[in-house]
Amino acid sequence: MHAFNYQHPKSVADAAAALSKGGDAKLLAGGQSLVAAMKLRLAAPTDLIDLSGIKELAGIKVEGAGITIGAMTRHAEVARSEEVRAKIPALAGLAGGIGDRMVRNMGTLGGSLAHNDPVADYPAAVLGLNATVNTNKRKIAADDFFKGMFETALQTGEIIVSVSFPVPKRAAYIKFRNPASRYAIVGVLAAETGSGVRVAVTGAASSVFRVAAMEKALAAKWSPDAVAGISVPSAGLNSDMHASAEYRAHLVTVMARRAVEAAK
Amino acid sequence: MGDMNTIGVSVKRKEDYRFLTGAGNYTDDVTLPHQSYACFVRSPHAHAKIKGIKKDKALRAPGVLAIYTGEDWAAAKVGGLPCGWLITDVHGQPMKEPLHPCLAQGKANHVGDQIAVVIAETYNQARDAAELVEVDYAVLPAVVDVASALKQGAPQIHEAAPGNTCYVWALGDKGATDKAFASAAHVTKLEFINNRLVPNAIEPRAVNASYARHDESYTLYVANQNPHVERLLMTAFVLGLPEQKVRVIAPDVGGGFGSKIYLYAEDVVLTWASKRVNRPIKWTAERSESFVSDAHGRDHATTAELALDKDGKFLALRVHTKAAMGAYLSTFGSCVPTILYATLLAGQYTTPAIYAEVTAVFTNTVPVDAYRGAGRPEATYVVERLVETAAREMKIDPAEIRRRNFIKTFPYQTPVALQYDIGDYEATLAEAMKLADVAGFPARRAEAAKRGKKRGLGYSCYIEACGIAPSAVAGALGARAGLFEAGEIRVHPTGKVTVFTGSHSHGQGHETTFAQVVASRLGIPVDDVDVVHGDTGRVLFGMGTYGSRSLAVGGTAIVKALDKVVNKGKKIAAHLLEASDTDIEFKDGQFKVAGTDKAVPFGSVALTAYVPHNYPHDKLEPGLNEQAFYDPSNFTFPAGSHICEVEIDPDTGITRIVNFTAVDDFGNIVNPMIVEGQVHGGLTQGIGQALTEACVYDKESGQLLTGSYLDYCMPRADDVPSYKVGTKVTACTHNPLGVKGCGEAGAIGAPPALINAITDALGIREIEMPATPERVWRAANKKA
Ligand SMILES: Cc1cc2nc3c(=O)[nH]c(=O)nc-3n(C[C@H](O)[C@H](O)[C@H](O)COP(=O)(O)OP(=O)(O)OC[C@H]3O[C@@H](n4cnc5c(N)ncnc54)[C@H](O)[C@@H]3O)c2cc1C
Repeated sequence: MHAFNYQHPKSVADAAAALSKGGDAKLLAGGQSLVAAMKLRLAAPTDLIDLSGIKELAGIKVEGAGITIGAMTRHAEVARSEEVRAKIPALAGLAGGIGDRMVRNMGTLGGSLAHNDPVADYPAAVLGLNATVNTNKRKIAADDFFKGMFETALQTGEIIVSVSFPVPKRAAYIKFRNPASRYAIVGVLAAETGSGVRVAVTGAASSVFRVAAMEKALAAKWSPDAVAGISVPSAGLNSDMHASAEYRAHLVTVMARRAVEAAK
Repeated sequence: MGDMNTIGVSVKRKEDYRFLTGAGNYTDDVTLPHQSYACFVRSPHAHAKIKGIKKDKALRAPGVLAIYTGEDWAAAKVGGLPCGWLITDVHGQPMKEPLHPCLAQGKANHVGDQIAVVIAETYNQARDAAELVEVDYAVLPAVVDVASALKQGAPQIHEAAPGNTCYVWALGDKGATDKAFASAAHVTKLEFINNRLVPNAIEPRAVNASYARHDESYTLYVANQNPHVERLLMTAFVLGLPEQKVRVIAPDVGGGFGSKIYLYAEDVVLTWASKRVNRPIKWTAERSESFVSDAHGRDHATTAELALDKDGKFLALRVHTKAAMGAYLSTFGSCVPTILYATLLAGQYTTPAIYAEVTAVFTNTVPVDAYRGAGRPEATYVVERLVETAAREMKIDPAEIRRRNFIKTFPYQTPVALQYDIGDYEATLAEAMKLADVAGFPARRAEAAKRGKKRGLGYSCYIEACGIAPSAVAGALGARAGLFEAGEIRVHPTGKVTVFTGSHSHGQGHETTFAQVVASRLGIPVDDVDVVHGDTGRVLFGMGTYGSRSLAVGGTAIVKALDKVVNKGKKIAAHLLEASDTDIEFKDGQFKVAGTDKAVPFGSVALTAYVPHNYPHDKLEPGLNEQAFYDPSNFTFPAGSHICEVEIDPDTGITRIVNFTAVDDFGNIVNPMIVEGQVHGGLTQGIGQALTEACVYDKESGQLLTGSYLDYCMPRADDVPSYKVGTKVTACTHNPLGVKGCGEAGAIGAPPALINAITDALGIREIEMPATPERVWRAANKKA
């Protein structure tokens, strides 16, 4: 790891100011991706701006027909939150299935979304539940947030403050884990939300995506059989030593069917 | 005095308190005054000519003390790393031994090959400077698998080894074998890869080397399984240093699995450089370095055939194996696919004719050497996959075909050199079948089918040869070292005991097991016995720990030293009790005049030995400290039956191990808890090989694609079931403890049991290891 300056602001405004000061400053959330990259010398920021002391970024709040979760909320907190478990069990379950205990105790919702690893779990929840990403500058709809591999709509200096999840009528997330890393080889979140049926797939491609054909079929009839015959084309899907594109395409259908079944 | 006999008792491990509370003392925990640190510049290419190295920029970086490259190494006229086992090929010629340089000599031969070492005040400074060393490479085509390496026109790795061939070696009677095949009623033939594995000890390799100018001596702390062997190889074969001037200390070591047996370049380079910079130098591998510099395991491509008569009796076995050596010969690389492999091909069976031919091949990969089981897992995989497949083809129950062929009378001379002293294979199999509830399997399979799942059952009846070995036999087979063990019992004046053993514990629990042996013999509490190992400055000598040899060989050396202690104690007691030596018996910690109640306790005898006021000075020296060396008369032969039951989800290809039963015969057992732990660990590693651990090299670039835990899948607790383990005991006939060894059994028996279960579940003949979800899904759905 290369040397860096460490900063510990107390507000989002201070963090944003520190970020805009020039140099190659980076926000530090749980460090589960960033610190690993630094140790491997793949990232060498001049400044680390630690978000852990900022109160505005913490906490889980039930608000009207939804739940708003602060960007610095750790995966473990989401997994064990009474509110999340009661209202969106699929989200609590997803958070509880990320990595291992140590990762869940450190990793954060905001960090995961900003990083937008193509095999991460949270992107499926945000897109599948039609959540809104609240930043220090604006509100970004899920459909506009994920732009590609490790790419989001976030602009330089923009900080995720929280994410608002509308409570769905029903939803479930099923993940086929990479046996080595335990990230998603394919993860599917199927949900019936106030704004319609949504099926979001992570792990399979360069970024999370929705499957319109499945959504249409499920809107007509919410049943595992409705999606059992629908497959996504394998062209363009990820292909690596763990899973070929053909296998991933097959798994999308299987995971979707199981998600629908689980979200009875 | 109470019952001090703890043989067969699960005494809690004495060493665990310090490990579990973070008080372990590993090489990286040792920091010396004026400590400096090393970082190695490693080749990013699998095969490349080194056209030049510029180190001036790096030398000017902050904190840098020195940088050495292959040129400095050559100028100092120090040697390459030796191979400890000479294999003689089919033409009577010695194997090809290309130079194994400590720092590359003009050419890099695998990704991770060490090119230069940077020594600096801190590790970060060394690492920063290492990035500034400019190496000008001309990349050459690389070859990473044995089949490609043997092809005409393949890239040539060493001039000294044409055709990338180290040797072609054979064992057994080819004529008799071919003849048996010609008249066989049935022949089963399989071709498979025994997949390469990365060892992944939890503690990475680490070295801390220093030089003392006042007496011109070196001290080397190193994560190593056999410090005396490390010292011998390094002083006599590489650096030409006086052996008595080098002290090698392998303190707490966090797992080895074979990978810490060897003399590595880093150990030698740091020792050599410590005098040049006159500072202690420390290096601890980063995990990504471990992946490309710790010797790997397995990597065989095999064609195997079994000939049977119409009743399923085995007539002959014919095996052709291409075994990867990697880029260089590691310390014992050459003996693993030969001496430790082909000699085990009889398995538990009376197969009368066996012929094995092994071609050892250089590839542009990390060197391959012994990894938990070393040759024996590969042999067991050959035999047990063939046997199970033959049974299915001939429609004979797989347990029954084994029973028909089991060796039943002992000693038994196999056609492949070994003589088994004892075993009871039928009893072991019967016990395993009971524990696994084989009788209930059809019902469980039917129930799973109703849920859309496929269940399968697979057996594996393995044998292993442990102890390694009688030195004379090993010598005749090409070993360049002896293979005995040494031990010392130091009884202190207070009757407490320190045991010095040449065995090394890096997870095996010797501090407890050996203490139990000694305490039970002397009739004293286990806590009165401390075990010292892993230090050439304290332990008289040692060949170290590998091949499940510690208790059978190291333990026996200790018992021999104990016998001497007891004999001397009898003489002291006889003097004290005014009796004749021959009338004294030693039992339960008391020296007693036979047939009387006249006795002195062990403690009084110990005290007398050191406070010899009333002492037979004319006949005896004072003190109570005895040493012994023990060279076994044979290998030991642990054997067992493993039964694996899997349930496969054909939609996803996920294999769940629902049951794994292992019944092993390890001879007598000193500490059942430790033995069970060894079995659990071994099974988990075997399951790792069969189910999760894929070591993948890119065929074109020779890059290790599975260079971290993101891609290299170590088995985790939730990948394995709650094991059912049992033991059957036939005591080893040729060592006083009657013990055989248990460290490797699980890793040997598990892979074929698991693959046999998967092939049974899917009704297929073969599936490649590791049976990853995608491979299983393809097989289950008949996809190419
Ligand atoms: C062993 C291991 C296993 C894992 N397994 C999984 C898994 O199964 N599934 C999964 O989904 N993830 C997995 N992860 C990733 C983990 O869940 C973290 O969520 C992820 O690493 C990023 O979150 P973080 O809080 O650690 O962010 P950091 O690593 O601190 O930051 C990541 C990036 O986000 C930026 N950032 C952080 N917070 C904000 C913010 N509020 N606004 C804007 N930018 C921000 C940072 O500057 C940085 O660029 C795993 C990680 C590890 C180490």
